[in-house]
Amino acid sequence: MERPAWAPQGIDISVPSVSRMYDFYLGGSHNFEVDREAARKAMEFLPGLPKIMQANRAFMRRAVRHAVDSGIDQFLDIGSGIPTFGNVHEVAQAADPGAKVAYVDHDPVAVAHSQAVLEGNDRAVIAAADLRRPKEILANPEITGLLDLDRPVALLLVAVLHFIEDADEPYAAVAELREALAPGSLLVLTHASYEGIPLPKAEAAGTVGVYKNIRNPLIMRSHEEIGRFFEGYEMVEPGLVSMPEWRPDTPQSPEQEDPYAFSGFGGVGRKA
Amino acid sequence: MSIPAQASGEPDAEPDGPEGRLRRFARIWSRAIFPLTATSLTRPEFEQHLLPLARELNGILHAHPFDASPAQRIGAALIDAHCTDPDALSSTLGVVDSYLVLYCGGNGPGPLSIEDGRARCARIQHTLAAGFTGALRERTLAEQEAIARSALTARSHAEEALHATEARFRAVFKDAAIGIGIADLDGNILEINDTLTRMFGGLEHHVRSHKVNEWVHPEDSPQVWKYYDELVRGEREHYRVEKAYYRNDGTVLWTNLTVSLLRDSEGRPEYQLALMEDTTERRLLNLRLRYEATHDALTGLPNRTLFFERLEKALTAQEGGRFGLCYLDLDGFKAINDSLGHAAGDRLLVEVADRLQSCATAPGEMVARLGGDEFVALTTGPDTAEEVHELAGRILNALATPIRLDGRELSVRGSIGIVEGPAGERSAAEVLRSADITMYRAKAAGGNRFQLADAEADERAITRHGLTTALPAALDRGEFFIEYQPLVHLGDGTVHGAEALVRWCHPQHGVLGPDRFIPLAEHTGLIVPLGRWVLEESVRQANFWQERHSDGGPLRINVNLSPTQLHHPRLVAETVDVLERSGLEPGALCLEVTESALIGADDDLLKPLRQLAEMGVDIALDDFGTGYSNLANLRRLPVSVLKLDRSFTRGMQQHPADPVDLKIVEGIVSLAHSLELAVTVEGVETGAQADQLRRIGCDTAQGWYYARPGAPDRIHSLLLADAV
Repeated sequence: MERPAWAPQGIDISVPSVSRMYDFYLGGSHNFEVDREAARKAMEFLPGLPKIMQANRAFMRRAVRHAVDSGIDQFLDIGSGIPTFGNVHEVAQAADPGAKVAYVDHDPVAVAHSQAVLEGNDRAVIAAADLRRPKEILANPEITGLLDLDRPVALLLVAVLHFIEDADEPYAAVAELREALAPGSLLVLTHASYEGIPLPKAEAAGTVGVYKNIRNPLIMRSHEEIGRFFEGYEMVEPGLVSMPEWRPDTPQSPEQEDPYAFSGFGGVGRKA
Repeated sequence: MSIPAQASGEPDAEPDGPEGRLRRFARIWSRAIFPLTATSLTRPEFEQHLLPLARELNGILHAHPFDASPAQRIGAALIDAHCTDPDALSSTLGVVDSYLVLYCGGNGPGPLSIEDGRARCARIQHTLAAGFTGALRERTLAEQEAIARSALTARSHAEEALHATEARFRAVFKDAAIGIGIADLDGNILEINDTLTRMFGGLEHHVRSHKVNEWVHPEDSPQVWKYYDELVRGEREHYRVEKAYYRNDGTVLWTNLTVSLLRDSEGRPEYQLALMEDTTERRLLNLRLRYEATHDALTGLPNRTLFFERLEKALTAQEGGRFGLCYLDLDGFKAINDSLGHAAGDRLLVEVADRLQSCATAPGEMVARLGGDEFVALTTGPDTAEEVHELAGRILNALATPIRLDGRELSVRGSIGIVEGPAGERSAAEVLRSADITMYRAKAAGGNRFQLADAEADERAITRHGLTTALPAALDRGEFFIEYQPLVHLGDGTVHGAEALVRWCHPQHGVLGPDRFIPLAEHTGLIVPLGRWVLEESVRQANFWQERHSDGGPLRINVNLSPTQLHHPRLVAETVDVLERSGLEPGALCLEVTESALIGADDDLLKPLRQLAEMGVDIALDDFGTGYSNLANLRRLPVSVLKLDRSFTRGMQQHPADPVDLKIVEGIVSLAHSLELAVTVEGVETGAQADQLRRIGCDTAQGWYYARPGAPDRIHSLLLADAV
C-alpha cells in the first residue's frame, strides 16, 4: 500500500543505511555497528568498494567544477547521503561563492545530519524527499525557495539510481526531472555496473546480495541501460565512461589508478 | 616553524637543492599513502597538500632546541585530509623513518649527526603517531556524536510526526460519522468506534462478542462471504457490499460495507478494516418512495407507472412470449359518483380493486389501476390467447355480485377491451391505446362485456379520435365554413330559402361533411359553440340576401339544431341575441330539429321551442319518418314544417313511382296540412320526382335536381335567374 505523504517514515537504526555504509567506505565514523557490519560483508566480496566510492567523489568534484566553468551556479543533488567531505556545496562554493546547492535525501538520519552540517549556510539546503516521487521534489518549498528552476541547474544523481528498482520506474522519474529543467541544465550521473569491476561477475554479485539482504537492493545496469537515463540530453565529452576517464585533471596512466575505480560509469549530459 | 614556508608551486627548485629534496620526500610520502586515503583530491593535488607538512617535518628535524611536539599537528593534519585509515599512519611512519633524514638531513642550518638525526626522527615518529591517533579519536568521537544526534533528531521528528498522525487517526476514528472496526484475520474484533457501536444498538459487548464471520444475515448476497474469504486469505485488497446485520434488539441494520485488508510492513496480511455506513433509513425510504411511486394510493394496486414497466417487460420478452391485456372501465361509474358522492365512489373503487386482485393471482398476472374507474389486468406467458379470455371472464364474474355500499346494493358492471399478441411487435403505448379503443367498442355495444381488439376498428376509432381532438382548435382557426342548399317552392319553382350546411375544411382530410364530425362535436359539447357560430353566420348571410333581394319577398334560412343544443339553457336567449344583432326578422329563420331528438320530449324540453315559435321562428321537424313517428304527438309539438326524409322520395325516382311510397307521402302531406304544417321534401333528384311531389301537394323541396349545396353567391345567382 502506498504510504500517504503525511505519514512519517519510521526511524530504525538497527537497519543498515546505505548513506552510513557509504560514509564508512570513505573512512568516516558517521555510522553504527549495523552499518559497518553490512559494509564489511559487502567488502568481503568487493574489497575495492572504498575505491569505487572515492572515484565517485572525485568524478563528482570534477563534474561540479565543470558545471561552474560552464556558468552554472545552481545544483540539485539527489541522494546526497551523509555529507562526509568534499561535498557539492564545498566544491561549488569554493569555485563560485555565489553557487546555491539543494540536497535531497529520503533517509531521515541523513537529512537530520545534513541540516546540522549546513546550519548557517544560506546558500545550501537539504530537503527530505524521494527520487521515486519527482513531483514532490520539484514542488518542495525548500528547493524552490533556493533554486530558480527556470534557470539552468546541474542535477546530480551520483551513486543513487542503482538503488532504484525498475518497478519503481527510475526512467520515468529521471525523465520527469529532465523535463522540468531549463535549457542549458546538466545531468551529472554515476551508476554501478558489472562492467569494469576487476572481478568475475559471480563474485561481485555477492555484494548485490548483501544490499538485497538489507532491503536496499543494488541494481547493476549495463552501459546501454545507464545511457538511457540521458535521453534527450547531449552527452558532454567524453560521454558515458569509467569515472577516472571522465575529464581527468592531469594526464595519467591507468596503472596509477586503483583498478576498482573503473567499476561502473559516470557521465554528464546537457539539455539543449 | 623555523623555515619559512615557501610558495608551494615554486617551479625553479633545483632538483638537488633543499627545496627539490623536500619535494621528492613529499612525492614519496604521497605515493605511499594516497592509495589508503578516501580523499577526492587528485594525486598531484594530494602531493601539493602534503608538501607544507613535509616542510614542517623538515623544520622540526632541524629545530634548535629540538622539540618534537609540533609533529602532533602533522598527524592531525593527515586526519584532516581524510587519511583515517590506520595503514596511512604506518605508511607515513615508514616514509618518515626511511626518507626524512635521507632527504632532509642536510637541509638544516648546521650539520646533523647521524645519531642525532636518527634520534630526532624516532621522536618525530612517536609524536606524529600520537597526534594522528589523538586527532582520529577526536574525529571519530565527534562523528559518532554527530550521527547519533542526527539519528535522535530524525527519530524525534518521526515520533512527532507519528504522534500527530496517530492523533489525527484517533480523531478520525473516534469522531467519524461512519462506523469503523478493526479485526484480525480470524475475525476477532479488536477495535470499534462509537458510531459503529451506536449503529448496532449501543451495546459494545454485543458487537465484540461475535466474530466478524458470525454476522451472517439471511439477506446476505453470496458475494459477501466469498469476498470475505478472499480478503482474509490475502487474495483481495478490499471489497464493497450492501450488507444487513441484526442489532441487539433484533431489528435489522442495513449498511454499505467497505472492508480493506491491512498488511504489515513485510506485506503480510495482518488486519481487516471495516467501514460501515448505516443505510437502513435510506433503504426504507427508498423502498417506500418506490412503493409510493408505483402504487395507487386509494386502492393499493400497482399504478400506471408500474403497469407500464411490466407491460414493457412483457413486450420485450424472449421470443415466444405473449401477453394478454384487459382494459376495464366501469359502466356508469360517473352516475354513481354523481349521485352517491366521491367518498362512496372511492369505496366502490376499493372494493372493485379487491375483487380484481383476486382474479389475477397466477404468476405472470397483475392488476393495476390507471386512474378514475379504469383498471388493467395483464397476463403473460406462452398461452395468453386463452388465458386472457378466461381472465376477462373472471373479472366480469367478480363484478357480477352486487357491491354493498351504505346499506344499498349496487350493481357494478364493466366493459373490457382485450388486446392479445406476441411480444416484440408493438409498443406499450400502442397496445394500451388499442385496448382503450376496444373497451369503448365494448361499451358502445351495451357494456358488461368484453371485446377483442381488431385492427380495422382501431383504425376507425383512431381517425375519430383524431378528429375529436382537432375540433376545438379547428373552430378557433376558422376551418369551418357553410354551404347553402336552396329550398324551392314546388308551386312556382322560385327559390324560397336555403338550408345552411356546415363543412369542415380539415388540413389533412380535406372537406368533411357534418356526418363526420357533428356526432363528435355533439359528444364533446363543442356543438354548442359550433352551432352558435353556424347560426350567426347563416343569419348574417340571410340578412345580406334580404338586403340584396328586396323585391323577391323574404328569403328564409334553415339552420339545424342538434339535441345538445336543444338542451342548452341559453338557446332562446342566444337565438334572440343573434337575430337582434343581425336585424333579421324571426320569421325568416327556421330551426330544424330531428324527429328523434324530440321523441319522448317533455314540456321542459319543448318550452324553449315554444318560446321561439311564439316569436315567429319556424320550427321544422327534420328527417321525419325515420324514427318512431308518433303522429299523435305532432299536435303537441311547436312545429310548423315537416321535412320528409329522403327515403320517401327514393321510391319516386323510378318510373312509374312506387305506388305505396306515393300513398304514404300523400297521407303524410294531407295529415300535415290538416295540422297546418307545411311539408318540405328532401333528396329531389329528378324532374319526375318534382312533378309527383308537386301534384301530391308538397310545399317546398330541396335536392340535387335544383342545386347542390354551394357557396352563398351561388344562391344569389339562382335568385337572380329566378327573378328573370
